[in-house]
Amino acid sequence: MTRLGAVVIGVALALALAAPFFLKPFGIYLLSMWAVLTIAAMGLNLTLGYAGQVSLAQGAFVGIGAYTVALLTQGGVPFALAFIAAGLLCFIVGWMLGYPALRVSHHYLAFVTLAFTTLVFLVLRNEQWLTGGIYGINGIMRPVLFGWSTGKALHFYFFSLGVLVVLALAIWWMLRSPWGRAFVALRENPIRAASVGLDTRRYTLMAFAVGSSLGGLSGALYAPLVQFIEPGSFAINMSFSLLLMVIVGGSGYFFGPFVGALVAVLLPEWMRIAEGYYLIVYAALVMVMMAFCPTGILGLVDRLAKAAMPNGRSAPAIGAERTAP
Amino acid sequence: MASFIQLLISGLATGAIYALIAVGFTLLWQTSQTINFAQGEFVMLPAFFVLAAMNWGAPFWLAALIGIAAALVVLGLLFKLIVVDPMLRYGVLPLVISTIALSLLLKESVKDFYSAQAQAFPPLVPDADVHLFGAVVSTQSLVVLGVAIATVAALHLWLNKTRTGRSMQATAQNPALARILGIPVQRMVLYTFLVNAVLVAIASILISPIYLAKFTNGETLGTAAFIAAIIGGFNQVRGAILGGIILGVLDNLSAAYLSSQYRGAFPLLILIAVILCRPQGLLGRVEERTV
Repeated sequence: MTRLGAVVIGVALALALAAPFFLKPFGIYLLSMWAVLTIAAMGLNLTLGYAGQVSLAQGAFVGIGAYTVALLTQGGVPFALAFIAAGLLCFIVGWMLGYPALRVSHHYLAFVTLAFTTLVFLVLRNEQWLTGGIYGINGIMRPVLFGWSTGKALHFYFFSLGVLVVLALAIWWMLRSPWGRAFVALRENPIRAASVGLDTRRYTLMAFAVGSSLGGLSGALYAPLVQFIEPGSFAINMSFSLLLMVIVGGSGYFFGPFVGALVAVLLPEWMRIAEGYYLIVYAALVMVMMAFCPTGILGLVDRLAKAAMPNGRSAPAIGAERTAP
Repeated sequence: MASFIQLLISGLATGAIYALIAVGFTLLWQTSQTINFAQGEFVMLPAFFVLAAMNWGAPFWLAALIGIAAALVVLGLLFKLIVVDPMLRYGVLPLVISTIALSLLLKESVKDFYSAQAQAFPPLVPDADVHLFGAVVSTQSLVVLGVAIATVAALHLWLNKTRTGRSMQATAQNPALARILGIPVQRMVLYTFLVNAVLVAIASILISPIYLAKFTNGETLGTAAFIAAIIGGFNQVRGAILGGIILGVLDNLSAAYLSSQYRGAFPLLILIAVILCRPQGLLGRVEERTV
């Protein structure tokens, strides 16, 4: 990582810490939503951007995590335990969903995961005895940790930000480890990866499971943030928008999901003037971006940075860790 | 037994519509590697073209023709020129993302510029019941079934018996070889997009009287088309037809005999089973896969 990168990350972190003091409660809510969704997008980036598996199931994992935490905490289980349970459950389910990923690839996998998302939605909607059906679950409490209540918007934001930073560091470390390199090898050339002795089977499952468990952890924060969950929130649209976040930010770039989630959460607010039309504008922007720069915002930054320094001295933009040729 | 026949015929009617959508979907995939995630919205939209034309005072038959013509231009020509062509060089994924965005765009546009409410849509024939082997069947179902079968049959004949149709098939199977043989590949690809536009427009006119015209219609229809295409075989027009019909019949029967709450789940379970056991689909050929 270059010095420039470190400076940019430091400034971004300082901004993230200072921003809520200048914002109204709704602004803080949006920032918290950004932190929570970034976690899920980071997980999807792991599966899609690093391991190269197109998954449309991330929204379903956010849903599984959210319902796990909501049901467990209402049953009296401490938040910390419920949080871990959400991550674990999604890890296991993600691992099992990874098996189809071994048999099929590309668009087929997109459809299998799409089917999975719809199945999860149907279960959440129909099993009323457990999930409350279409009425959802109301009044989810924000956690109290070591006597520190996160009930206030500001406190919950710092809590979410803290979780995001910890998870981001963990993923950063993992991507530097042999595991992370194996994920990239899977994306770039699976046959070659197998030929140099990588157990592609295990690493594909692993990428899926870790990505899914991040989705679950994101859901575990989503439930207490919104305090009301219903099946519709986790239908296919959630998976689509998480996928768009990863792509818009720049899939395969470590900080891609951070940027993508920021755009997705803030854009509706910036475009208040456009009112109901903002989704139209957003969709059109995504299409234009795909036509001109399919590597996303960070891919664009990367390209501009390279164009600015043509003398071969690589000055990778923030998080430009994409190992693609 | 009577109710079974009833369910079977209405299932066949829905299945025939799914088949139309799925055939267009597979054609696009075959000729240009386009996985159209907006296919459902493509079916939703022409109904609104027809309604808009009727609001201008056109009689239904004229409005239907205008709807098909508008679909040809917007969903055939413009879709290819503006969305697909600039993206093909990047491979499959960016185009998938782009069509996902397109589906959002079409849905929101209809909601904001036409109406968020479900709109009544004129049926092709006045609704009446016909008695058939002791079962009561609506004329609607029979007409839908008839039109869909006629359309598929016409398409089949055109693809197999005309020079253009055979050139299109050649393009779908091996573009490089087709080009060497002097087939204008680009024009054939454009034809597939136009054929897809006509198919979705017909499906739209058939299905809207039953489901009402609503901006969210595409969500279920699109998924149904994917599933039908995959069950039958992604690379076979015949497969898409078979998949559509299986799906429609199964959907109706399982809703009636198993569980109406989990109606949406059965096609998905079959989808997963087919992908795991026979990824090339029931009638599909094994394609070379990049692992």
